[in-house]
Amino acid sequence: MTDLDLRELQGTEFPVPADLQGNVAITSLSKIYNWSRKNSVWPMLFGLACCAIEMIATAASRYDLSRFGMEVMRASPRQADLMIVSGTVTKKMVVPIVRLYNQMPEPKYVLAMGACASGGGPFKEGYNVVSGIDKYLPVDVYAPGCPPTPQALLFALIALHRKIDGQSLANMDDVPWYGVGPSDPTPIPILGPDIIDPRQMDIIRRQAELAAAGLPYGKREVPDLVLTAGAASTSAPRTAAEKAADKVASAPAAAAADDPEKAARLAKREAALARKRARQQQQSE
Amino acid sequence: MTDQSLVPERLEKADLDTAYKVLKEKYPDAVRDDTRTGYSGVIVDKNRLVDVAKTIRDELGFNYLSHATAVDYLGLGDHLEMVYYAYRISGGPGLVFKTQTDREKAEVPSLVSIWPGADFQEREAYDLYGIRFSGHPNLKRILLWEGFNGHPMRKDWKEPYYEQEHKPFDSRWPKGYVRRAEELNPYGKNVQYPADIDLSRLNDISEESIYSGMGLGVDIQELTTSDGIRTDRLVVNLGPHHPSTHGVFRMVVTLNGETVETLEPVMGYLHRNHEQIGERNAWIHNIPFTDRLDYISGMGNNHGYVLAVENLLATGARYQPPTYRAEVIRVLMVELNRIVNHLWAIGFLLNDLGAFFTPSLYAIAEREKILDFFEATSGARMMFNYMRFGGLAKDLPEYIRSTANLVNDQIRDFNTMEYLTDLINERLPRAIDELDTYLTESEVMTSRTIGVGYLPPEMAIAYSCSGPLLRASGVPYDVRRADPYSIYPELDFDVAVRYNGDIYDRYLVRIDEMRESIRILKQILPRLERTKGEPIFAGNKAYMPRVPVGESYGRVENPKGELGFYVVSAGDEKGTQNPWRYHVRAPSFINLTPLGQMCQGHKVADIVAVLGSIDIVLGETDR
Repeated sequence: MTDLDLRELQGTEFPVPADLQGNVAITSLSKIYNWSRKNSVWPMLFGLACCAIEMIATAASRYDLSRFGMEVMRASPRQADLMIVSGTVTKKMVVPIVRLYNQMPEPKYVLAMGACASGGGPFKEGYNVVSGIDKYLPVDVYAPGCPPTPQALLFALIALHRKIDGQSLANMDDVPWYGVGPSDPTPIPILGPDIIDPRQMDIIRRQAELAAAGLPYGKREVPDLVLTAGAASTSAPRTAAEKAADKVASAPAAAAADDPEKAARLAKREAALARKRARQQQQSE
Repeated sequence: MTDQSLVPERLEKADLDTAYKVLKEKYPDAVRDDTRTGYSGVIVDKNRLVDVAKTIRDELGFNYLSHATAVDYLGLGDHLEMVYYAYRISGGPGLVFKTQTDREKAEVPSLVSIWPGADFQEREAYDLYGIRFSGHPNLKRILLWEGFNGHPMRKDWKEPYYEQEHKPFDSRWPKGYVRRAEELNPYGKNVQYPADIDLSRLNDISEESIYSGMGLGVDIQELTTSDGIRTDRLVVNLGPHHPSTHGVFRMVVTLNGETVETLEPVMGYLHRNHEQIGERNAWIHNIPFTDRLDYISGMGNNHGYVLAVENLLATGARYQPPTYRAEVIRVLMVELNRIVNHLWAIGFLLNDLGAFFTPSLYAIAEREKILDFFEATSGARMMFNYMRFGGLAKDLPEYIRSTANLVNDQIRDFNTMEYLTDLINERLPRAIDELDTYLTESEVMTSRTIGVGYLPPEMAIAYSCSGPLLRASGVPYDVRRADPYSIYPELDFDVAVRYNGDIYDRYLVRIDEMRESIRILKQILPRLERTKGEPIFAGNKAYMPRVPVGESYGRVENPKGELGFYVVSAGDEKGTQNPWRYHVRAPSFINLTPLGQMCQGHKVADIVAVLGSIDIVLGETDR
């Protein structure tokens, strides 16, 4: 940014005398603050999979990331502002990723690059694959593609710039890192029999109790509205004990009867699904 | 210099039959023919496996174990099977031998003592299939973490998002309903826990087991060397997030001062279940997945997989081999991809040596020109999905239209043949010469690489190394020559080989190989002109081909080494639409086996250089 055009910063109604235009800028603090930091977002030097190759190609001479003040890729999370999650996040890898995220100083941003980081991508069904980094970390920008081309990544970065531009210093919700005290770190997942997110302890405990009681567990208690015939069992631990238990508490509506809140939620959901189906039918017709 | 035993001596098919006969005569009660339809080789009694393997290596001369993998025949004999493919380093077809074990108490003797290259592959089979290898020096999980529930590649193990055995899932086709997998899982995540999970005793033992394997109870230990210098022995962790580890690779190193004592690779940080997903997929579904193995050279991966399946298809009726034009274009793509890969590898080797990013910028510049051609042809820069069983997806376009060809702010269309001619005759040779001029004599290069990371030829063979790593150690083994496929027999090229086995020679082999690729490509150009307009696909296109029952191993010389696909089709006599077993013999994975030995005694900074010289890609290492 050698040619600094001050007019770009002019943001208030204050009249600047004609002979001072180009020499003096009057603007809001948010605007100049965001303008400067959006043009020096330092990404972390951090590649996961195929997308990392396109990320490197973006940083190379042809696409030239340095046009956006972002060429300074830092290997240390403590010097980075942006984590580009460039590739498939596996359960084994999400532990170090959360650690790295926690080590980044605020304000920090996460860009989910490609289908895998956004939602698991082609490997979603894999037993060691996390279906999107947003299951563990807050994501600011998603870049679709498998892998996104350098152009797509640049577009995502510009989207991030726009987001930074819109964060007002006057609004504490926009800039929570100026609040009181340090923000809470994201709890680090545990590699047990499968990956365990400490934030999900309650739901895991509830399921474990169900399992101990010989009741069906590991399956969501929503009516199987769509997948009726054909696709039979959906989850692995369907045992004889579970089928027997099905008879006891077969209809999920019955299970939810003692919990009106849940029943209402289920009804709402059912209606939404019905609407969706109707819409699908309409489309197919 | 080359060992006498390494001098090429071609093995013929009849030779292989003699080898099987010798085995059966020597071990009449332990070796029998594999008589299942579509299978080849012999089945060895597991109690005599080590003896038989020793005979195969020492007496029959099959000294190169290409790959070892497990297959679960649940419902088809209810046993687990280990499959080994051994080759002669002088070339020729491979000797197949198998051993079977019970599913419940799966145990097979380890072959690490015969072929150290089996080390990681046996650990992988233990991890994914739960086969215990008696006598294995370091049997622990390799791709997943210690404490993981079950062995996921077994046919009765179901992943959390399990929907059905095979694709296409009924819900998607023909019904057309799509539901997010998370909605069916109470955790909303891709997880499932065993019924007897004990939440009060959750501790992560995955890290502990890695460090305890280093033979040290403590992180730091004071030492005094013989000449009275006080130093420390310490355990240092490199990765999985490390700027020089080429992805999410991790190494745990014991250092004596600054010298490496032991090094253990830790992998699995990009284990994305390629093989398990591959067994749910239909045959043709796997082609785009192979692109994501070695994501720098997708064309080679496509080629290996289609070769493996074509081998199987050829045993059935109504199969037509790919047309000549298809073969020509395949070789064109693969060789261009080899140049892409080596440019990348050399650029990033220099990164590792401390010449940060400048050499890479030069190397990547020409890569972009090749990617433009790939993009115009296949539609993608990296994930090509270009080859098909019996042909190709598309022919070459007449023009390359790309915004990337902005010259003087004008979008230019290039005639494909002119573009290719210019690329192959002018630009690429110039780029290779440029790298050669700037790097080969460079101080950064020579002082850091000559004599570092030495790998003797005997060790390279024993450790099942392949590709430039093997050839830089003086072993002229190249699958294109040793076990030719496609139209390589009619092409004139030399196998690049260097004899010092250090990082510098691995670099030089890559430069040589790029030049050989240019030589091949120059022979491809007139063939492309000649076959213009000819079909690129033989027979009818089939989306769901029925693949005849049997096993097949297709291998190609990928830029990183020998890439093999072991596929099993197990169905009724009409064949199947899904692979029963889909295994990838990944060169990046197996080439890492001797990494520890290569780094021993060097300084910690050299680890990075040695790793860079092996040229790994984590998508393929971890699959």
